[in-house]
Amino acid sequence: MDTYSLLREFADSWMLLVLFLFFGAVVLWVFRPGARRTYQETAGIPFRHEDRPAAASASVEAQAGKDLAK
Amino acid sequence: MANAIKLVVLGLVALFAAIAANYARDLAYMVNALVIMLVASVMFVITLRKADEDRVLRDLSGEYMDDVVRYGVIATAFWGVVGFLVGVFIAFQLAFPVLNFEWSQGLLNFGRLRPLHTSAVIFAFGGNALICTSFYVVQRTSAARLWGGNLAWFVFWGYNLFIVLAALSYVLGGSQSKEYAEPEWYVDLWLTIVWVAYLAVFLGTIIKRKEPHIYVANWFFLSFIVTVAMLHVVNNLVIPVSIFGSKSVQVFAGVQDAMTQWWYGHNAVGFFLTAGFLGMMYYFIPKQAEKPVYSYKLSIIHFWALIFLYIWAGPHHLHYTALPDWASTLGMVFSVILWMPSWGGMINGLMTLSGAWDKLRTDPVIRMMVIAVGFYGMSTFEGPMMSIKAVNSLSHYTDWTIGHVHSGALGWNGMITFGALYFLVPKLWNREKLYSLSMVSWHFWLATIGIVLYAASMWVTGIMEGLMWREVDANGFLVNSFADTVSAKFPMYVVRGLGGVMYLAGALIMCANLWLTVRKAPAVETANGLVPAE
Repeated sequence: MDTYSLLREFADSWMLLVLFLFFGAVVLWVFRPGARRTYQETAGIPFRHEDRPAAASASVEAQAGKDLAK
Repeated sequence: MANAIKLVVLGLVALFAAIAANYARDLAYMVNALVIMLVASVMFVITLRKADEDRVLRDLSGEYMDDVVRYGVIATAFWGVVGFLVGVFIAFQLAFPVLNFEWSQGLLNFGRLRPLHTSAVIFAFGGNALICTSFYVVQRTSAARLWGGNLAWFVFWGYNLFIVLAALSYVLGGSQSKEYAEPEWYVDLWLTIVWVAYLAVFLGTIIKRKEPHIYVANWFFLSFIVTVAMLHVVNNLVIPVSIFGSKSVQVFAGVQDAMTQWWYGHNAVGFFLTAGFLGMMYYFIPKQAEKPVYSYKLSIIHFWALIFLYIWAGPHHLHYTALPDWASTLGMVFSVILWMPSWGGMINGLMTLSGAWDKLRTDPVIRMMVIAVGFYGMSTFEGPMMSIKAVNSLSHYTDWTIGHVHSGALGWNGMITFGALYFLVPKLWNREKLYSLSMVSWHFWLATIGIVLYAASMWVTGIMEGLMWREVDANGFLVNSFADTVSAKFPMYVVRGLGGVMYLAGALIMCANLWLTVRKAPAVETANGLVPAE
C-alpha cells in the first residue's frame, strides 16, 4: 500500500475516532460537577488587574477575594 | 557587549542588503533590499549613538507594557485607512477601467493593486489589530507584564517591516501568485522569524501568568498564532531560483499545490480572521458591557468545535476541479457543520448583553461590537450555504464571493476592530472618555450602510452573472458572452464603490475622533496621586 492510501485509511478511521473522542471528552469535562463555580471565577478575569499586574507577593486568591468584596 | 553584537549584526545585514541590491535580478527584490539596507543602517546609527549611555534598569514588572499597544493602535488605524482607500480605488477601477492609467501601467493597474488592498486590510489592518489587542488582552487577563522585554517591540516593527516589503513587492511585480499568500520567499522567511517571536512573547506571558486559569480570549489568540505559523510555513514551501531574486518554485505541484493553497487560504479566514477576532470579542464585549461573558461553558465548547472543524473546510474552494470528489464533499460537509460553532459563538457574544440591552441605545461603541457579531452570524450562515456544491456551481467565480468576503471582513473584522479601538484609546491614553460619541454614531451608520450597499450590490451582480454564464438557448448554445456580463454589472459596480466610499468616510471620522480624544478629551484624574509611568 502506498503512503497516501495508508495515511488516508488511518485518517478516516482511527484518527477520526481519536479526534471525536477528544471533542466528546471536552464537552463532558465542561459539564463536570462543580464546573459552574470555577467558570464563574474564570469569566471574571477581565474585570481584575485592569491597571497593573498582580503584585509579585500577593496571592491571586487574596486578590480575587478582594475584588469579589468590592 | 549586547550593543556590540547588535552593531555587528546590523552592519552585516546592511552590507549584505547592499550586495543583494547590487546583484538583484528583478526590481521588486532590489527595492526591498534597499529598504532593508536603509532600515539596518538607520538602526545601526541609532544603536551607535546610544552605545555609551548607561542603561538604568528599572523594575517594570509592576506595570503593563502599553507603549507597544499604543503604537499598534496607531498602526491599525493608519493601515485601515490605507487599505480602505486602495479598496475604493480598485472598486472604481473595475467600474471605470480608464482609472488604470496609461502612465502607471505595470504599477498601479488593478492586478497590482488588488493584492495590495487585500494584504493591507487583512494583514496590515487586521494583523496590527490582532497583535496590539492580543498584547493588551494577554497582559490584563494574565495579570502579568509582557514576557521578553523588548521582544514585543521587535514583533511590532518586524511585522510592519514585513508589510512594507510585501506592499512594495506587489506593486513592483514580486508575487508568487497565491491568493492571500502573495509575498515571495524572502518576505515569507522574515515573517516566520517575526511570528516565532510573537508566539514567544504571547506564550511567555501566559506561562508567567498570575491568574490560575487561561482566559478564553487567550485560547483563541493562541490558536490563531500557532495555526497561522503552521499554515504559513507549509503553504510557502518553495525553492528560490536565486538568492538574489524574488522568483521561487513551489515544492508542491498541480492539485496538491491547489489544495495546500486553499487549506491555507480558508484557515487564514478561520484562524486569522475568525479565531483571532473572536479573542477580541471575548474580551472587549464583556468589558464594554461591564458583564462577564454569557456562558463560559459555551465558550469552551465553541473554541474546541471551531478548532476541530475549520481546518477541514478548505476544499470547498475547489469544487468541480481536479480535486477528488471525496475531498470536496468532505470540505462541504465540514463547512456546513461549522455553522453550529459559529452561531454558538455569535449567540454567546450577543447574549452577553442580556440584561444590558439598554446600552445599545446609549453606547454606540457597544452597538458597533454587536453589529460586528451580527455580521459574523450572517456571513457564517452565508459561507456554509455557498460551500454546498449545488449553490457553489452558481456562486463560484462570481461577485457573490466578493460580497460574502466583504460582509465578513467589513462587517465582522472591521466593526469589532473599530469597537476595540474606541475602547482602547481612552484607556491607553488615560482619557476619561471618547471625544465625541456622536462621531462614533456617524461612523457606525456610515459603515453599516456602506456594508449593506456593498453586500447587496454584490449579491445582485453575482447571482446575475452566474445565471448569465449558464444561460443556454434552445439549441444548447451559450446566450451571453463574457463581455455581456461585464457591461451588465456596471451599475452594481458603481453602487459597490459608493458603499466603499461610505465605509472609508466612517473610518476617517474614527481617526479624527481618536486623534481628538488623545488631544482634547479630559485626562483621568489619578486617585492616588501617582502618574502612570507609561
